[in-house]
Amino acid sequence: MSNGHDHHDGNDDHELRVSKIRDGTVIDHVHGGQALNVLAILGIDGTNGEEVSVGMNVPSDRLARKDIVKVEGRELSQDEVDVLSLIAPDATINIVRGFDVVEKHRVERPDVVEGVLSCPNAGCITTGDEPVTSRFSVLEDGVRCSYCETIVRDEIASLIDT
Amino acid sequence: MRHDHLITSKQLSRADIETVLDYAAEIDADPSTVADRQAGTLLGLLFFEPSTRTKMSFETAMKRLGGDVVDMGSVESSSVTKGETLADTVRVIEGYADALVVRHPKQGSATMASEFVDVPLVNAGDGAGHHPTQTLLDLYTIRENAGLDDLTIGIMGDLKYGRTVHSLAYALTNFDTRQHFISPESLQLPREVVYDLHQQQDGTGIREHDALEGILPSLDVLYVTRIQRERFPDENEYQQVAGEYQIDAETLEAASDDLTVMHPLPRVDEIAPEIDESDHAAYFEQAHNGVPIRMALLDLLLSDDAGIRGDGDE
Repeated sequence: MSNGHDHHDGNDDHELRVSKIRDGTVIDHVHGGQALNVLAILGIDGTNGEEVSVGMNVPSDRLARKDIVKVEGRELSQDEVDVLSLIAPDATINIVRGFDVVEKHRVERPDVVEGVLSCPNAGCITTGDEPVTSRFSVLEDGVRCSYCETIVRDEIASLIDT
Repeated sequence: MRHDHLITSKQLSRADIETVLDYAAEIDADPSTVADRQAGTLLGLLFFEPSTRTKMSFETAMKRLGGDVVDMGSVESSSVTKGETLADTVRVIEGYADALVVRHPKQGSATMASEFVDVPLVNAGDGAGHHPTQTLLDLYTIRENAGLDDLTIGIMGDLKYGRTVHSLAYALTNFDTRQHFISPESLQLPREVVYDLHQQQDGTGIREHDALEGILPSLDVLYVTRIQRERFPDENEYQQVAGEYQIDAETLEAASDDLTVMHPLPRVDEIAPEIDESDHAAYFEQAHNGVPIRMALLDLLLSDDAGIRGDGDE
């Protein structure tokens, strides 16, 4: 892993489709089709000039099909990694410096996420004009609004507050 | 009982509930003993939705404790029409009053409002969410009529949007109860409520039904709520189910002689007037109980004397 190849599974052809980065973060083992949601949850939309590479539906031994997101020049904070776990529970985070992976860890689910997701319940106080930050507790199989208590199990990515 | 705010019945332990109910019983027996308990205390009433019983019973309770109320008045005559947020409103009224009672159409409104104030805040109904003081008077009425343990209760009607139902169901998990929920499929309990009930009582005491027939003979208490016509997208769909959830003297022929029939009121046509004079009817007694219950609760929230406030802490 220290040679700059930031993932093992898949073959070289697939790996080459996503360029290596010098310094930054590689988010590997994202479930297939979730890469753009990963970018959304990180607030990355390209308008700030970030250099981002995305591989989607790459063959993977562990997930069958996976996405890979490489963000040049940015190391994710633990909070960001925690939030990622909601939509990419199997993700591996690789911190790269000088083409070498210097840290590698799996995401861990947080107890609470704040200011990241919007409540889908139109009757929830957080959907109005109140000065309140959304807050969700993280369940084993979903998230729950701390205000109206609505539970969301599917399509959490659609709640990402972009 | 040492809660700063009362937002949901989920925060109440069995000991908390018994503390309030026991104190309410003392007050009910002789209200004069507490006539000056809250002299000089002001309660802020913030009702963003119409209310008759809840609002008037809070007002009556506070005045019978020797205190007084400041009332925001109707939404139409308040700063809400100027676009003021709930967060700002409660922060302003906190400066006038020693405690706040808030009813608001949005779920989670009481939780949010409580984060902006230091005085005790009581949730008097947050949309389809919770109504914990209704639950306390419901429990008081149930205890008076049927006891709270070894109890089989049917809860019937609009279980999806009925905040009184959600709060009552949570609180009953503190006791040895079997809860039967009876509703049309489209108005079943929200899945988050079912989730919580299973978490609190491992689901063993919870059953859902689409008809009262069959379960009625086993019930000690039947708690009826209004099937709200406006919840149905199709009038025909409403007409098909509405009759199934109305009770009259003929319906109750299959019930135990000791069955207690309750309703948070207002009712429309779900309980026939002929039941009012029967031994089954407890809904007007239930409404009356709102005053001693809210007197007890307010005094517990606003007083520092541990003799009352500390009783029953777990």
